[in-house]
Formats: sequence, C-alpha cells, structure tokens
Amino acid sequence: MVGLITMEDLSNEDVIEVLDAAERLLPVARGEAYLPLLQGRILGNLFFEPSTRTRMSFETAMKRLGGDVVNLGDVSTSSVVKGETLFDTVQMVDGYTDIIALRHPRQGAARYAQDAARVPVLNGGDGAGHHPTQTMLDLFTIRQAHGRLDGLDVVLAGDLRYGRTVHSLSHALVRFGCRVVLASPELLRMPSEIVEDLRASGGDVTETTDLHASLAAADVVYMTRIQKERFADEDEYTKVAGAYKLHARDLADVRSEMIVMHPLPRVDEIHPSVDSTRHAKYFQQAFNGVVTRMALLCRLLGVDVPGGEA
Amino acid sequence: MSNESSMRRVTAIRNGTVIDHIPAGGALRVLDLLGLRDGASVPVSLVMNVPSKKLGSKDIIKVEDRELNGDELARLALVAASASVAIIRAYTVAEKREISLGDEVVNVVRCTFSNCITQHPREPLPHRLRVVDRAEVHLRCHYCGRPQDLDALVKNVI
Repeated sequence: MVGLITMEDLSNEDVIEVLDAAERLLPVARGEAYLPLLQGRILGNLFFEPSTRTRMSFETAMKRLGGDVVNLGDVSTSSVVKGETLFDTVQMVDGYTDIIALRHPRQGAARYAQDAARVPVLNGGDGAGHHPTQTMLDLFTIRQAHGRLDGLDVVLAGDLRYGRTVHSLSHALVRFGCRVVLASPELLRMPSEIVEDLRASGGDVTETTDLHASLAAADVVYMTRIQKERFADEDEYTKVAGAYKLHARDLADVRSEMIVMHPLPRVDEIHPSVDSTRHAKYFQQAFNGVVTRMALLCRLLGVDVPGGEA
Repeated sequence: MSNESSMRRVTAIRNGTVIDHIPAGGALRVLDLLGLRDGASVPVSLVMNVPSKKLGSKDIIKVEDRELNGDELARLALVAASASVAIIRAYTVAEKREISLGDEVVNVVRCTFSNCITQHPREPLPHRLRVVDRAEVHLRCHYCGRPQDLDALVKNVI
C-alpha cells in the first residue's frame, strides 16, 4: 500500500485533487455536517516525539469522518522503552489498524515504516526530513487566500536548516512555479542539497539573511521558530533571532493580500500585534490541518469524497 | 605505454585477483572498501597513476590468493564502476568478472547520516542506497534521502 512519505508521492494533479476534496469537506471539519465516510476504519497514531497540532488534527479528522483512533501513547510507558524496534512496533500496529500516522525523531523513519507495513503510512514528521501533511495544509491555506498556487512570491523565514516543514514545502512551491526566497541566519540556512535539488528542478530560489527587505514583494511570508539551543550562547541567539521577528509595524508597506503563515507553536517570532491584521493566517492554517488530513485519510483509504467530478 | 607494460610494473601473480582500470587515485578507497588496507593477510600490490588509453591514467591492484566474491564486486562498483576484474589461476586469466552499479546498492554499506533510522543496530530492514547518478556515483539513502559522501561511505561497509 502506498502512503504519503514525501511530497514526491503526490503529483501536482494529485495535490489539486486532495485540496479540492478538502474544500468539499470544510462543513464536516467545522462540525456543520456529519459524513461518516470512514466509519469502521481505525487510524494508528504513532507519535514517538511530542506533537500537539499534528496528532490532534489527525485524531479530529478521523473522528469527524466517523472513524476511530488508537494511540501509541507516551513513548516512555510503551514497549519502545523496552527496546522494541520501529519495525516490530509497526508490524504490531499494522495488524490493529487500517492506516498509520507516524512521527519519529529519526530521519527516514516514515519510509522505513512504510516498507515494514501493509497499511498506508502518513509521515507526520521524521527528524529534520519531511512533513508532507503539513505541506498539504500549507498549500490549502495559500490557495484559500490567493485562489491559486502557481506563480506566487513566497518567503520562507527563520530556521530553514532543521525545520522539516519548510523542507517539504519548498519542494512543493517550486513544483507549482512559485518564486522562493529563503531568509535565514547563516547558521540556519536551508541544507545545500535541498537548495541544489530545488534549482535543479528549475526553481527560482534566492537566499538572503535580510527578511525585512524581502517583505514588500511577497505574497506569502512563512515564519518558523528559531530555537535557542541551536546557538552556542544566548547572546548570539538574541542578536540573530531579533532579525527574524515580525511586528505589525513591519507590515506597513507589504502587498494588501500578503499572508503571514507559521506552522506553530510560535515563541516570539510573530508579535501578537500581527494577529489582528488581515495578513495573519496561522490560526486558520492550524484549522486547515484537520480538513486536509481528512482528505488525505480518505484518499489513502480509497474512499471518494462526494461532490467531485464523476 | 601499453596496457601490458603497465601491468608488468609489478610481478605477475600465480593465483588471485587483478583489479584494473581503477580511476587514478581511487585505489586507496578500493583497498578500504575491500578491507585490504588494514589487517590484510594476503599480499597486495598497488600501482597508481599509470597511463591508460581508456581513462588517461589509472590505478591497478593485484590481490594474491583471493578471488573477489559478488559482495566485494558490489562494493567495488561504488568507487570504481569502470574497473575490470580478472581472476587469475596458475598465472593465467581464468575468468573476467563484470562489475556494474545498478539502480540500488543493498546491504553493502550503511547510510552515513548519523540521524538516519538505519543507524539503529537492531532495525532489521536492509540498508538501501539509491543510485541517482551512475556516472558521477551519486547515491542517496532510500530511507532518509540524504546524499552520501563516498569518503565517509567507505568507512561504513557492512
């Protein structure tokens, strides 16, 4: 069974189909309609790392569609602490469930789990690798705001080195013909192999350390959190991180339809003054995680979402 | 200089393996990959940077009293896909063995990325590296997708 491990597993047409299905599921995600498309199906949530939004939105998505969820629970009390391999854990859960959502601290864990499982695996984040379901909700949010995905100017800002959300998203944006600006401190630049891949696939990609100079020409500004522990000392962190913060006053000269996104949780990279501007879309983005994961669960379980073209 | 005279720079061997047409400078990596640099119990002769019609210049290795097996040929393909391998018995070429880099290298070397899932010693699935560019020998881990550095990879032989 084919799951969703990286964005390479979906063609652009597949992406549009999933986003269209998600659009049709909006009333169900909001609780305004009940559509038990996944009744009798069970999702196995295997989260080996802390997660709030991803785990809860998978769970909500499954339950909104009438399905059920079993959780691995706290890793420190599960068989993992006794030294069970990922292979064995997946083999077990594979027998209990119809589909698996996995988050794991090690890169490549999702592909590994898919090779070990018969049921489809959804990658909910593997180390600094990929996070394709986040990318799908990001694309949904961008399309919702701009009515299209192609030809947009997108700034990805903050920790581009370790941030798996921006790794997956950058590939997808380039595939849809977006121009991508990578704004980060030197220490946290996008890994060179990813930049090379983006350019090799024809991407218009620019690297800069100046976020604020990139704002005026942007349709989307995608902020990420810069973690203190990435720096040798706190002074260095304070100096660098300050340049990657947004305040409402920074948005005076931006395009009127520009949107600010963030995978959350934020610390102080987006000042609360931005929340009340028309540019702020990060809470909408978090809600969109439910509806896009509903569409992905349906697709991977082979269930059609009603209302599409016959 | 002819190929024959290049070969004669070291004594002919009675039994063993001759690895010819190693890209110049690659012989030491080959020795590492085949475990012949440290603790080899058989005589090994090495010729480096000799002229070659095919490659411009090349390295040659002669290993006495040992015939390379399929696993070793797969390892060799990683660092010297252009090499030719001759098995020598009683001073004559008894067999020529082809080496080629396929689409994937399975259970030959481990991914070099320290946070790859395959670093867990008890995970049972095979170590798989995808060949993304055969001519340039660019490999990526099937699981984590990281590009592999050949110098680091030769230290990760299974």
